[in-house]
Amino acid sequence: MAQAAIELIGINKSFGAVRANRDINLEVARGTIHGIVGENGAGKSTLMSILYGFYQADSGEIRVGGQPASIKTPNDAIALGIGMVHQHFMLVDNFSVLENVILGAESDALLKRSIAKARSELERLEREYGLEVDPDAIIEELPVGLQQRVEILKALYRGAEILILDEPTGVLTPAEADHLFRILKQLKEQGKTVVLITHKLREIMAITDTVSVMRQGTMVATRVTKETTVGELAELMVGRRVLLRVEKGEAEAGAVKLAVKNLTVKDQRGVTMVDDISFDLRAGEIVGIAGVAGNGQSELLEAISGIRHAVSGSVMLDGKPIDLTGKADPGELRDRGLAHVPEDRHHVGLVLAFEENENSILGYHDDERYLKGPLLDIDAIRNDAKDKIAKYDIRPADCRLKTANFSGGNQQKIVLAREMEQDPGVLIVGQPTRGVDVGAIEFIHKRLIAMRDQGKAVLVVSVELDEIRSLSDRILVMFAGRIVGERGPEATEGELGLLMAGVEQREAAQ
Amino acid sequence: MDFFIAIVQILDSTIRLSVPLLLACLAGLYSERAGVFDIGLEGKMLVGAFAGAAAASVLHSALLGLGTAILISVAFAMVHGFASITHRGNQIVSGVAINFIAAGSTIMLGQHWFQQGGRTPALAPGERFEAITWPGADALRDVPIIGPIYSELISGHSILVYFAFLMVPFAWWVLYRTRFGLRLRAVGENPAAVDTAGISVAWLRYRALICTGILTGVAGAYLSMVQNGGFVKDMTAGKGYIALAALIFAKWKPVNAMFACLLFGFLDALSIRLQGTPLPVIGKVPVQFMQALPYVLTVILLAGFIGKAIPPRAGGVPYVKER
Repeated sequence: MAQAAIELIGINKSFGAVRANRDINLEVARGTIHGIVGENGAGKSTLMSILYGFYQADSGEIRVGGQPASIKTPNDAIALGIGMVHQHFMLVDNFSVLENVILGAESDALLKRSIAKARSELERLEREYGLEVDPDAIIEELPVGLQQRVEILKALYRGAEILILDEPTGVLTPAEADHLFRILKQLKEQGKTVVLITHKLREIMAITDTVSVMRQGTMVATRVTKETTVGELAELMVGRRVLLRVEKGEAEAGAVKLAVKNLTVKDQRGVTMVDDISFDLRAGEIVGIAGVAGNGQSELLEAISGIRHAVSGSVMLDGKPIDLTGKADPGELRDRGLAHVPEDRHHVGLVLAFEENENSILGYHDDERYLKGPLLDIDAIRNDAKDKIAKYDIRPADCRLKTANFSGGNQQKIVLAREMEQDPGVLIVGQPTRGVDVGAIEFIHKRLIAMRDQGKAVLVVSVELDEIRSLSDRILVMFAGRIVGERGPEATEGELGLLMAGVEQREAAQ
Repeated sequence: MDFFIAIVQILDSTIRLSVPLLLACLAGLYSERAGVFDIGLEGKMLVGAFAGAAAASVLHSALLGLGTAILISVAFAMVHGFASITHRGNQIVSGVAINFIAAGSTIMLGQHWFQQGGRTPALAPGERFEAITWPGADALRDVPIIGPIYSELISGHSILVYFAFLMVPFAWWVLYRTRFGLRLRAVGENPAAVDTAGISVAWLRYRALICTGILTGVAGAYLSMVQNGGFVKDMTAGKGYIALAALIFAKWKPVNAMFACLLFGFLDALSIRLQGTPLPVIGKVPVQFMQALPYVLTVILLAGFIGKAIPPRAGGVPYVKER
C-alpha cells in the first residue's frame, strides 16, 4: 500500500451530550480517492471539520504525511496542504472569482499586486486541471457547478495536496457531477489525495479506490471499493438490510384528481419560472417531477398549493378551480382534500421552536378533534401526536420535545405524518427525503406508495433522480420552467439526465 | 449678488454641519461593512464630545482633547465588540445600551467634575481647533465669485473638516484597494468564508470597530471643540441616527456617504437660514417645522425613495460556527 497521506488515530469529539465521533481510526493512502459514507449525523462532517481545524478533537492524534500534526485552525490545515470544499460553498457571493480565490491568501497588503499574481497562477491551475472559469466573473452570476470549481481552485491555489469534498454532488446535475468526477480523477493522476464525503453510494462505487463507512459516530468498516457492493455498504451504514428500491405493484390510475392547465408563474423579478405547464394527476398514481433545482419546480408546487400567484392558467381540484391569486386560503384547500408537504420544512413546514405535538396539528388546529370549545384540547392533541409518533416511528418518541431537536429525517416524518393522517385525496410532496437518512428514506417511500395504493393521487417533486425513478408511475421532467418530457419509470438515468440538462430541447431548437 | 453671497453662506454652513454626520457615517460604514450593526454611533459621538472637551479644558490642549475623545470612543466601541462579537449578543441591544450609558454618564460625570449643569467649562482659544486660513484667502476675498468661494467655502475651516473629507477617498481606498478592505467586506458578506480561509472573524471585526471608534471620537471632538466651545448635554441630538440613515441612503459606499451627508447638512443649513424668514406664497413658517425638515427627509428617504438598498448580508448576525 502506498504511503499514508492522512492518519487519524483514536479521534473523539463530543458536542455536549452528543458523541459525534467515537474512537475513530482512519488511514488514507496518498494519491487515492477515499470515500467516507454514512447517514446524516453519522459524524462524517465533524470528522472532516476536525481534520480541517474547524473543530478541535477532544482526544486523538492526527498525522499528515507520517508526521504528527497539530491542527488548531484552518490556517494550520492549509499550511499542511489540506484543502476543503464545503457542502455549502464558502464563497462571498458578490466578489469576483479572483477575489474569492485570494481571500485569506493575499500575497500583498495591496490588492492590485495580489490580484496580478493570482491571475497568472489561476490560469496555470485552470489549464493544468481542466477547471476553466472566468476569473473576473461574479460568483452569484455563476451556476453552482462553476462555483464549486472556484472552491476547488481556492484549495489548489493554497497549495492543497489533500482535498476534502463534503457532499459535493448534492447541488449538481448528473452531467455536472460527471464533470466533477473527471476533475477528481485528474487530480488523483497528478498525485493529489482526495477524500470524498457522501451518502450517495453510487458515487462511491463510481469513483473511489477505498471506502470507509461511519455509523453513529463510529467507523464501522473500511473496504476496497472494487471488492464491495452497494448492498453491503448500505447495510453497514444503516446496521441492517435496506431495500434500496421499494417494491411496488402496478398503478391503477383512476379519475383525474388534479388538472393543471397552461399554468404560468413569474417570480418577484418578473422572470417566468413556470412556463405554460399542463398535466393531470389521477387517483392511485404517483407522478414524479424531476429536474435540477431552480427550474421552476418550487414555483409550480407553490402555485398548485395556492400560496403563489400564477399569471395565467388554471388548476382544478376534483373539477373545481383553485384560487391562483396567491391568496388562497390554505385551510380551505385542506378541507377540499389537498395536503401539501412543502420542500422547505424548516421555513414552511414546521415551527422549529414549537413542541412536536404542536407541529403535528399545525394547520389543522381548527379541526373539531383538537378543540374543546374555543380552546385547544391539549390532551387530544398529545394523544394524537403519540399515535403518529408510534405509527411513523418518529424518534425520540417524545411529543413534548422541541421540534428543532429532532433530526432532519424525523422532522420530515412529523410533517408527513401530519399531512398523510388527514387522509387527503391529493398529496403534494416537495423533496420528500431531502436531508433524510437511508433508513428513513425507505420508510417514507413505503408510506407514499401505501398512499397510492389506497387510491390517493400523489405528486412528488424531487431533485434526487433515484427517488423519482423508484417512486413514480409517470415521470415529468422540468427544465427552464417547462415540461420537456414525460417518461415511464423504466427510463434510464442517462435519458432523464439529458432531459434535465435541457439537451434534447436545445438540439431540437438548432 | 446678495443672493450669491447667501448661497455661499448656506453652502459654507452645509460643510460645517455635515462634518459630524460624515465622520459618523464613515464610522458606521467600517463596522457595518464588517457585519456589525452599530446603532451606538450616537453614544460614541457623545462620549467623544464629552471626553474631548473635558480633557482639552483640563489639559489645556486641543490635541490632547482630540486624543482623549478618540481613546474613550474606541473604548466604547470595544464594549460593543465584546458584547456583540465575543459574546454574540444582540447588536441592536448593545448599541442602544451604549447610547443610554453615554447620555447618562456624560451628564453625571460632567456635573460631578465641573458643577456647570452637565456642561464642561468653555474652551479657551488653543484648547479648541481654530479655523485655518488658506494663503491668499483674505486677499482674494473681494474678487467676485471666486473670492467668496475660496475664502468662505474652501478656506477658513478647522483641520477636522479637512480631515473628514479626506477620510472619504481614504475609506474608499481602504475598502477596495487593500487586503484589509477585501477581508472586511468579505466578513460582512459571509463570515464563514473568511473563517474557512484561515482568518479570524472576531479579530477582523474588532479592527473594523476600532476604525469606527476613531471616527466617532473625531466626530464628537468636532462637535464640542469646533462647532461649540465646550460640551453641552445631549449635544449630538440624533446625529448618530441621521448618520445611520445616510449610510443606508448611501448604500454603504463611501463616496455616496459623502453626498448623503452633504444633503442632510444642506437641509440643516437651509432650515437655520430660513428660520423666521417668510417664504414666498406660504408666508411665515414656524421655526419647529424648519428644524424638523432633516428628520422628515430621513423618514421619507428611508421609507423607500432610495430604491433597494442591499445591506451587507451578514449584517446584524453574530457569527457562530456551524455544527
